[in-house]
Amino acid sequence: MSDSTDGLKKALAKAHPNLLDALSRFQEIELHDVELEVDELELVLPQMVTSVTKLVEEAAAEKPSQLLRESFIAPPTKYNTQIIEVKLGATKAEGGSRDRTLTIGGETSTPFQIVSQPIKNMPVISLDVFDTKIPLAKPVKMHFSEVLEDPTAWAKLAVEKFGAEMVNLHLVSIDPMVKDTPPAEASKTVENVLQAVKVPVAIGGCGDAQKDLDVFTRVAEMAKGERLLFNSVTLDMDIKKMAKAVKDNGHATIAFTPMDMNKARELNRKLFELLPREQIVIDTTTAALGYGLDYAFTTMERTRLAGLMGDPELAQPMASGTTNAWAAREAWMKMPPEWGPTELRGPIWETVTALTLLLAGVDYFMMMHPAAVKTVKDTIHNLASGKKLAPNQYDWVRLRKLGD
Amino acid sequence: MAFATKLVNREASLNQCSPILQEKHRPAFDKLWEILKPPVREVTIGSEGHQLKIGGKYVLYRHEFTYANPTAIAIDVTDDMPEDQLLSRLKRVEEYTYRYIGQDLKLNAIAVRCTSDDPKTLAKAVKTIVSNSNLPIIICTTNPEAAEAGLAAASGKRPLLYAANTSNWKSMAELSLMYQSPLVASAPEGLDELRSLVRTLGAYGVQDIVLDPGTFPGEGMGTTIANFSTIRFAACKHDDELFGHPIMGIPLVAWTSEGELPEITKWNEAYLTSLLIARYADIMIVHSLDGWALLPNLVLRQNLYTDPRKPVAVEPGMRVLGKPNVNSPLLATSNFALTYYTVAADIESFGLDCYLMVVDSEGLSVESAVAGRKLTAEKFSQALEQHNAKDKVNHKNLIIPGRAARLSGEIEEVSGWKVLVGPLDSSGIQKFIREKWNPAPQTS
Repeated sequence: MSDSTDGLKKALAKAHPNLLDALSRFQEIELHDVELEVDELELVLPQMVTSVTKLVEEAAAEKPSQLLRESFIAPPTKYNTQIIEVKLGATKAEGGSRDRTLTIGGETSTPFQIVSQPIKNMPVISLDVFDTKIPLAKPVKMHFSEVLEDPTAWAKLAVEKFGAEMVNLHLVSIDPMVKDTPPAEASKTVENVLQAVKVPVAIGGCGDAQKDLDVFTRVAEMAKGERLLFNSVTLDMDIKKMAKAVKDNGHATIAFTPMDMNKARELNRKLFELLPREQIVIDTTTAALGYGLDYAFTTMERTRLAGLMGDPELAQPMASGTTNAWAAREAWMKMPPEWGPTELRGPIWETVTALTLLLAGVDYFMMMHPAAVKTVKDTIHNLASGKKLAPNQYDWVRLRKLGD
Repeated sequence: MAFATKLVNREASLNQCSPILQEKHRPAFDKLWEILKPPVREVTIGSEGHQLKIGGKYVLYRHEFTYANPTAIAIDVTDDMPEDQLLSRLKRVEEYTYRYIGQDLKLNAIAVRCTSDDPKTLAKAVKTIVSNSNLPIIICTTNPEAAEAGLAAASGKRPLLYAANTSNWKSMAELSLMYQSPLVASAPEGLDELRSLVRTLGAYGVQDIVLDPGTFPGEGMGTTIANFSTIRFAACKHDDELFGHPIMGIPLVAWTSEGELPEITKWNEAYLTSLLIARYADIMIVHSLDGWALLPNLVLRQNLYTDPRKPVAVEPGMRVLGKPNVNSPLLATSNFALTYYTVAADIESFGLDCYLMVVDSEGLSVESAVAGRKLTAEKFSQALEQHNAKDKVNHKNLIIPGRAARLSGEIEEVSGWKVLVGPLDSSGIQKFIREKWNPAPQTS
């Protein structure tokens, strides 16, 4: 996190001479080697307050007998830059066959900080669908057991029963180490799913850069005009070919990098030369709660802040592979009874992972468990509502008989 | 200068510098403190030796500087509970522990809610708590008479008093000063009222103030999260002293919705807790003691309060587990601390003598590291060379994590070792070794 202290440095620039001044006046602290260490001070000393408090002065005066009225004007939280908007899916009129389109991005402030300002585009939740049977945690599998080998039925179930706003079709079977499904066959699967559901669709690969490119290119041509979201273009891919397939056929793509803002910048720099920014979503990697979520959170939070503050290479909407939450053994493993069943522990794990990243600025969630999906959807709605509730309904202090 | 560096790095506190504590150096102390003090005041709750510190935050975003004082989680009891129930709940709070990367994750305090509205009942409950536990206490009542009885019963324990509001503030301020207890300023009606209250309490002489802007469930969540964010933003980025206090979140409000199944309410309380941890709550009151509802939040708290400057990684290298010989298995894992500790603990509980080669994945878990090309066939191959694997065992079999399966062929090509793909989770190592490991492996 080499530039993690940049913000600090600015805040400190004015402050550190005060510290040195104070230290040097205090005779018992010996100052030597100052030049060398000033850098360190600069790096680590957080923003500080140097004013003398109004409170202290007031305390010395007469005790108040009436409430002293204060008002609060929230400091400005709007930034200079607006995050790019990316449209997903295309209707018939737009050259596709979806019955709706979704737009993500467009933020001008950090997530859910300003309640008075309506949210331009709500974050979108898509449900994962796999093109072949894959190992799934029991609490997830139970909801999809009927459709595990039928991506078309799976996609329909995700939309009709579980309210998926989008479907995320992962073509895992194309993996040379799994079934090595050829591009033509994979493309057929996509075609079937596009016929089965009318929501916008995202297409995931297997992680093999060459095979993904072969399949994505084929799918992009087959579904020309549908504005699919490809997941994803990576630094080790033939970026030119991938970008051309996306551009020529009117799609969008996720640019995936491994928890590293500089890599995210590098990939975007390359993509921007080939593809309009309105066709790029970034994914800086999601790690599960307890398994690196702190990195994922901080990388995304910093990415979003940098974007808002004017770094054009990071001002793109963000995607999260939230299903990764299930990699945490606390989500799926049988534990002693006091930790509860995985039917609750699993989906709450995915929910908490998602909500944490929602507050970091994620615009597009790829999720798995219906209860987690519903909770995150409701929470997005609630956070955006801006409703002010009457405090007296919430007298929690005197609530009785809550049970254990 | 070394000490000064430690001071600004927050590795030492000004109170540890004994010369400056002398009266004659008071101006120097004050001046230094003005510079070094965090924009969010630190408030201490609880008796000597069992203190709980909350707030003391220096920054808004965790990448700027490590967050201080992890969000304290208090569990509620009521003063009209039968004593045996109170004691058993107290015991559950004290014993709740989850072992995670070499740390015990625990609950931090007990909040006693005065549901009786009767001073004597509250005093009795507080007495029961202090004579059976050292957990720091939050006394919850807006009735000054009851509050006083509660404070008197917790004498010397420095409980947090909840709460002063815009109508009872004067009595509560008096009590806070008299009993030297920190005080919550509660103004769920709005931020103007909260500021007025804080300013008034401050003017009255109360210094240790905790802010309660109100926690609302359901559709009120937006206002709640926006208020928490705004308060901390104002304190850290705009030197707002009236908002420079710790914030209290009350996920327990989830229980005010009636007619829900208890599991649903617990669920609602759990995810509200997680939002508040991520949005700057310094202390919280929670009702559900269910393992599944608390665990994700204790882990989330640990995660967000780690030092972002130091990756949670262990040194790459060859670890010796048990007493391996030249025929013992050689397993590989990543150097992400959590992966390493989990794998090592699983191997140890199974009692396997083996070598565990920790490959440098730049602190990422196996899955992320493989996806992000931080764990590659070359990395495995280099590690085998670097850690002299061939001198440790006389076979050439390497067991790699199941989540690195896609690298198996390439590792064989690059390193010349035979690769066995291990289980997806290290809990499966025992079964894997029993079924797949040949005790007399080929020496290719």
